[in-house]
Amino acid sequence: MANYTLIYPSRMKLSQVREILEAEVLCGNDLLHKDVRCCFACDLISEMLLYVTPDTLVITSLTNIHIVHTAHVMDAVGVVFVGGKKPDESVISNGTIHNIPLFTTKHPTFECCGRLFVNNLKDTKKFTDSINVCR
Amino acid sequence: MSADNLQFTPQIKLEFKINEKDFFVAGESASRVKKTLQQLGLHQEIIKKVAIIIYEAAMNVAIHGDHGMLRIYIDPVSILVETDDEGDGIPDIELAMQEGYSTASHEIREMGFGAGMGLYNIDQCSDELHIDSKVGIGTKLQAKVYLTKKEPNSDYSS
Repeated sequence: MANYTLIYPSRMKLSQVREILEAEVLCGNDLLHKDVRCCFACDLISEMLLYVTPDTLVITSLTNIHIVHTAHVMDAVGVVFVGGKKPDESVISNGTIHNIPLFTTKHPTFECCGRLFVNNLKDTKKFTDSINVCR
Repeated sequence: MSADNLQFTPQIKLEFKINEKDFFVAGESASRVKKTLQQLGLHQEIIKKVAIIIYEAAMNVAIHGDHGMLRIYIDPVSILVETDDEGDGIPDIELAMQEGYSTASHEIREMGFGAGMGLYNIDQCSDELHIDSKVGIGTKLQAKVYLTKKEPNSDYSS
């Protein structure tokens, strides 16, 4: 099992993510105590599948229901919609059903990533290179 | 590798029907199979590989096929993911396997799909992959993931 050791390089709560990104919580208010292990920003489902490991925070400008489905399948800890984008109610309901907290922030992707990075949140590694390991 | 290599007697079989542009079934089927595999106590790497294969393969059928079937066969040795669709087919499989190559429409791409990573991702996550396609008729894909690694000292037993 040495190849698959879990590494926790940094710890951040979802509540801290909300503060740092000045985000509005769309659903999952009761899950803000959850740990975020790493972060991945993308607008492609296929990239999410490869890079999102358990407890990864996803930053995206896509607001369709497939983002939530993918986040659920990949065990993401939450999804942040950037640039003030808000998904439909049906997407938010889906987040509630699957226990995926959803946030929206006025800040664009680069700003979000920068804010989280300087607060010691790191990005993910490609799944096929090494499983469940954050950089 | 021939399709005959992928023949075995299935012990658990899961089946999903995929209609044209039915993008929900990809996430739903991946989610449901993931739960089943978790209940079976399989290693999380195996589960993730299979979930990615199912998601990408089902999405390919929804995007490029008129309709098709997704089947998952689980036995003590391996998991086989199989999609069978009637649709456009793939003229050049080698080209389609290249990361970034895509024939998906702008509409599909706007949804976050069709990045040209589907077959590439399936290949990355599979231990064996066989694709049989006829242009204008359809495509059959078989991707197999073994439950135990063949290299010494690197099994999924714990």
